[in-house]
Amino acid sequence: MYQFEYHKASSVEDAMKKLASADDGKILAGGMTLLPTMKQRLASPSDLIDLSGIAALKGIKVDGKTVTIGAMTTHWEVHSSKDVQKAIPALSDLAGQIGDPMVRHRGTIGGSIANSDPSADYPAAVIGLGATIKTNKRDIAADDYFKGLFETALADDELIVSVSFPIPKRAAYQKFPQPASRYAMVGVMVAETDSGIRVGVTGAGPCAFRVPAMEKALGAKFAAESVANITIPSDGLNSDIHGSAEYRAHLVGVMAKRAVAAA
Amino acid sequence: MGKVSMTVNGKAVSADVEPRTLLVEFIREHLRLTGTHVGCDTTQCGACTVHVDGQAMKSCTMLAVQAEGADIVTIEGLAKDGKLHPMQAAFKEHHGLQCGFCTPGMVMAGIDIRRRHPKADEKTVRHELEGNICRCTGYHNIVKAIMNAEV
Repeated sequence: MYQFEYHKASSVEDAMKKLASADDGKILAGGMTLLPTMKQRLASPSDLIDLSGIAALKGIKVDGKTVTIGAMTTHWEVHSSKDVQKAIPALSDLAGQIGDPMVRHRGTIGGSIANSDPSADYPAAVIGLGATIKTNKRDIAADDYFKGLFETALADDELIVSVSFPIPKRAAYQKFPQPASRYAMVGVMVAETDSGIRVGVTGAGPCAFRVPAMEKALGAKFAAESVANITIPSDGLNSDIHGSAEYRAHLVGVMAKRAVAAA
Repeated sequence: MGKVSMTVNGKAVSADVEPRTLLVEFIREHLRLTGTHVGCDTTQCGACTVHVDGQAMKSCTMLAVQAEGADIVTIEGLAKDGKLHPMQAAFKEHHGLQCGFCTPGMVMAGIDIRRRHPKADEKTVRHELEGNICRCTGYHNIVKAIMNAEV
């Protein structure tokens, strides 16, 4: 790892001030992706600004219609929260499938969503449940947030403060994990929400996306058979030694069917 | 260089470290507590697992400065007055180790698993062990030890 300066921020404002005065600063959340990337020398920020001391970024709030999760809330906290288990069991279930227990103790929802790894689990929940990303500047709708491979709508001077998930009528997440890393080869969140059916897919493309054809079919009849014959085109999907684009396209259908059956 | 202070196995420690010093380097090279191992150095194998404020974490993927003020327990902090911790005793009883390299991480993870799942069944323990790799593949007895430890 190359040398860098470390700063612990006391507030969101303080973090943004420290970030602005750094040459090439990076925000440190749980560090479960950033630190390994720095160890491999794929990233070499001049400064790290640690958010772990900002209490306002932590915690889970549930009101009648929404679950709001602070950006620095860990995967374990989301998974083990009785409130989340009651309001959106699919979200608790998803958080419990990320990485392994030690990673879940440190990794955060804000870090995961800001990084937008194509194989991360949370993006499927953001898209599938129609979440709103609240930053220090504005609210960003899920459909406007993911822009491409490791690319989001966040500006350089923008920080995720919390993520709000509308409570769905029912939802389920099904994932085909890469057997060694537990990252999603493909993960699908299917939800029946107040504004209709949503199908959010991670792992298959450069970033999380919806499948309108499946949403329409499930809107007509919410049953696994409705999506059984819908195939998504493999053009532009991820292809690597673990699975071809065609294989991933196929998995989207299989995981969607399982998610509908489990919802 | 900056000063970092924390509690390790009940003892207050502090040292000057570079920000890039990993927690596991601090534990092994500054404190000379070499029971915590570095296996893969890529957050996958779990040999470096320690407890940070009561939760199992991978000390190879944490900066020492991130542990400022934290309460750390390593494998050396488990046995009390010459008596093995119940999880260590269970590993001995069930022969939950072969070469021993992954063992410190397995024991620390095992205690954490039983804290969160007091009556963990085999399926739960196997799922919870996804972040600990035993290259001898001696999982069967490791799982037995974690399930049966009298913690």
